[in-house]
Amino acid sequence: MIYHQLIVVGGGLAGLRAAVEAKAAGLDVAILTQVHPGRSHSGAAQGGVNGALANHPEGHDDTPEKHAFDTVKGSDYLADQPAALQMTTDAVPAIYELEHMGCPFSRFDDGRIAQRPFGGAGYPRTCYGADKTGHYMLHTLVEQAYKHQITMYIERFVMGLIVEDGECRGVVAYNMTKGGFEEFRGEAVIMATGGAGRTYSNTTNAVISTGGGAAMAYHAGVPLKDMEFVQFHPTGLYTTHILMTEGCRGEGGYLVNGEGERFMRRYAPSAMELAPRDITSRSIQQEIDAGRGIGGKDYVYLDLRHLGAETLAEKLPGTRDLAIHFEGVDPVYEPIPIQPCQHYSMGGIDTDVDGKTMMPGLYAAGECACVTVHGANRLGGNSLLETIVFGRRAGSAVVGFIQGKSGGGKAAAEAAAGSAAARLQKRIDDIAAREGTEDAYVIRTEMTVTMRYHFGIYREQGKMQEGLDTLLALKERLKKAKLRYTGGVWNIDMIRTTELEGMLDVALATACGALARSESRGSHARTDFETRDDAEWLKHTVATCRPEGPPKLDYRPVEMGLFEPQERKY
Amino acid sequence: MGDVTFHIKRFDAGAGARPYYQDFVVPVQGSLTVMEALFDIQEKQDGSLAFRYCCRSSICGSCAMYINGRYRLACQTNIRHLRSGDKVTVEPLPHMPMVRDLVWDMDGFFDKYEFIKPWLIRNSHTPDAEIPQSPDERRHLNMPIDCILCGACYSSCPSVWTEDHYIGPAALLKAYRFEVDSRDDAGKTRMPTWDNERGAYRCHTITNCVEACPKELNPTEGIQWLKRAAVRRRLFGKTK
Repeated sequence: MIYHQLIVVGGGLAGLRAAVEAKAAGLDVAILTQVHPGRSHSGAAQGGVNGALANHPEGHDDTPEKHAFDTVKGSDYLADQPAALQMTTDAVPAIYELEHMGCPFSRFDDGRIAQRPFGGAGYPRTCYGADKTGHYMLHTLVEQAYKHQITMYIERFVMGLIVEDGECRGVVAYNMTKGGFEEFRGEAVIMATGGAGRTYSNTTNAVISTGGGAAMAYHAGVPLKDMEFVQFHPTGLYTTHILMTEGCRGEGGYLVNGEGERFMRRYAPSAMELAPRDITSRSIQQEIDAGRGIGGKDYVYLDLRHLGAETLAEKLPGTRDLAIHFEGVDPVYEPIPIQPCQHYSMGGIDTDVDGKTMMPGLYAAGECACVTVHGANRLGGNSLLETIVFGRRAGSAVVGFIQGKSGGGKAAAEAAAGSAAARLQKRIDDIAAREGTEDAYVIRTEMTVTMRYHFGIYREQGKMQEGLDTLLALKERLKKAKLRYTGGVWNIDMIRTTELEGMLDVALATACGALARSESRGSHARTDFETRDDAEWLKHTVATCRPEGPPKLDYRPVEMGLFEPQERKY
Repeated sequence: MGDVTFHIKRFDAGAGARPYYQDFVVPVQGSLTVMEALFDIQEKQDGSLAFRYCCRSSICGSCAMYINGRYRLACQTNIRHLRSGDKVTVEPLPHMPMVRDLVWDMDGFFDKYEFIKPWLIRNSHTPDAEIPQSPDERRHLNMPIDCILCGACYSSCPSVWTEDHYIGPAALLKAYRFEVDSRDDAGKTRMPTWDNERGAYRCHTITNCVEACPKELNPTEGIQWLKRAAVRRRLFGKTK
């Protein structure tokens, strides 16, 4: 048993920011992470982080209130409005702070942090470092973690929460490099494990973005909120689904169909290519469905040629490299084949603005959490923002929680030690001993394809019901899949087989929420209910896990107070 | 395109056996990266295969490997671009301690990274605005900040092979990244970590690191800058 006051699961931006906050306040903090923190998927974020710094010549009168309005309108009015304003207000100091930590943002001529236009934003407020903003922010916070001498357990795969007397008291983890299962106990746990993109076959996400943290909280009885809202990014590379940043369009890139037309003029005449992601992705899909993809196929072009080699080298160097290496296309000379791809989970572990869940001792931040600030559709540039704002808030809240807590401590943890690791060992032994009439990797593929085609950009009752039936059957079939390898060290067969259980439950929460919501809102677009229904559906979906079958769904009103819902036009 | 044979170095320290090579045949239709092939083998042929993976888009630095005798990222290496026909050799980064199969022990690499104090050192603590930095000052950072800490340069460096204490090109590139930053106030605080024989002077400009870097960075250039900066500081007392 290993004891630290605070255990942070995940070494991406949210986890690192939370850990730095708590460590600076004097807590004994440990980060557990499946990959070295510098390899976290936060680093794949490209375009930038939003904050009303008002550095851009066309944005000198920008304010956090205007940023909050854009966020709420972008969310199709499902975001909790006080939470959105909290995030946009915290944004400005959070970005200054990151810059002081050393983050190498690009600069305007006057030496201030550069900002670029982004989708759905009334002002150019996306602060960027070329098109590698996530990589630069992530490495800055990794550096801070080393500076603050935060204990990091690297290549530990966390597999479950330790819940005793209704409180979260730690986690159990697989030690990938040495083998074996370990108990990490403490006074509080912060989940910061990222999104669940890998439940879809066409995702921009890293291979480790499997929704693991959300699944562990869910299995422990903490609800998942608004899981039916899944963002499709308009511009994923056609063959590999690797992200081409929204910054491409922020810098002036065009979307062009098979007839050579900038078709966004028909869908968002004023914002054009800088409409929010839900609208842009649907527009591309409609072009493809109408046979106006390139050569009638299922992709369109992202055309950057008119920007010129110099602009690409200065502002979009990573985009050019990715297009060359992964699609064999040089954007200086050729348009890039793209299609909309799963990109972000708006839903997640149900938390408040301080990352607190309904379970004492359990907090969550970043993409695995749902505060909710993104509602039914997240604006580009708000996810990096969410990680540093709510990571800091969760870290700070845990400090207060532990100071106010009675009982606990290392001695109590030692007295309770052993049982959780033994339970995990038994779980793995049981999986290893199954008859093995099913193949976990076949099940994984069937799940991801089902999610893509039955819970994709456009959704419809019959198709979703069919998809839900498939998922429920897959869940039963997975019980017959065994481990192929039982070795102790670097057993990725065990990791990938066990994580699939959680992925299926997260997928089921998405499926059931989507099937129940008989309206179209943000990313949730139904062909059988084409309009938003505020009278019936201005509310959050709250899904609670049940051991068998689909989850139990409840609903909670959206917190309003600032902006009245209106029709979204761009 | 037909079948491609992947000739993969296998190793299991726990089993006490010597490393060996094993062949796996993977059918290829059109595009296939080495990373995709490794997953295909792990899923369909041998569940025990061990390798690091994460972003599959060349930004996380997990999958630096020695592929057909060159340092490459497995995710960025499409077999269409290899000139070896229907056989691909995949090995972990050479000269490094092995854990299992294609996974090597990176603890020493990150200890050296930590040793150079890889963070911005500032004397001020009032973040009510950004620290101004001109585009020209910022341009000095363009190269070193793109490092993904994959370890390819470290594995390629003969000075690393022959001197355990040499902190190596990646850590020195990180030191350069901060020393060259107009916002850094380190003065002589960080300098003792690299201004010595286990630091910059152990680099003999062999430039293997330049050839090895899958992000096309130039650690040698950063290290030579450090040497010049050290001389300037000694002779003229300047810290920038």
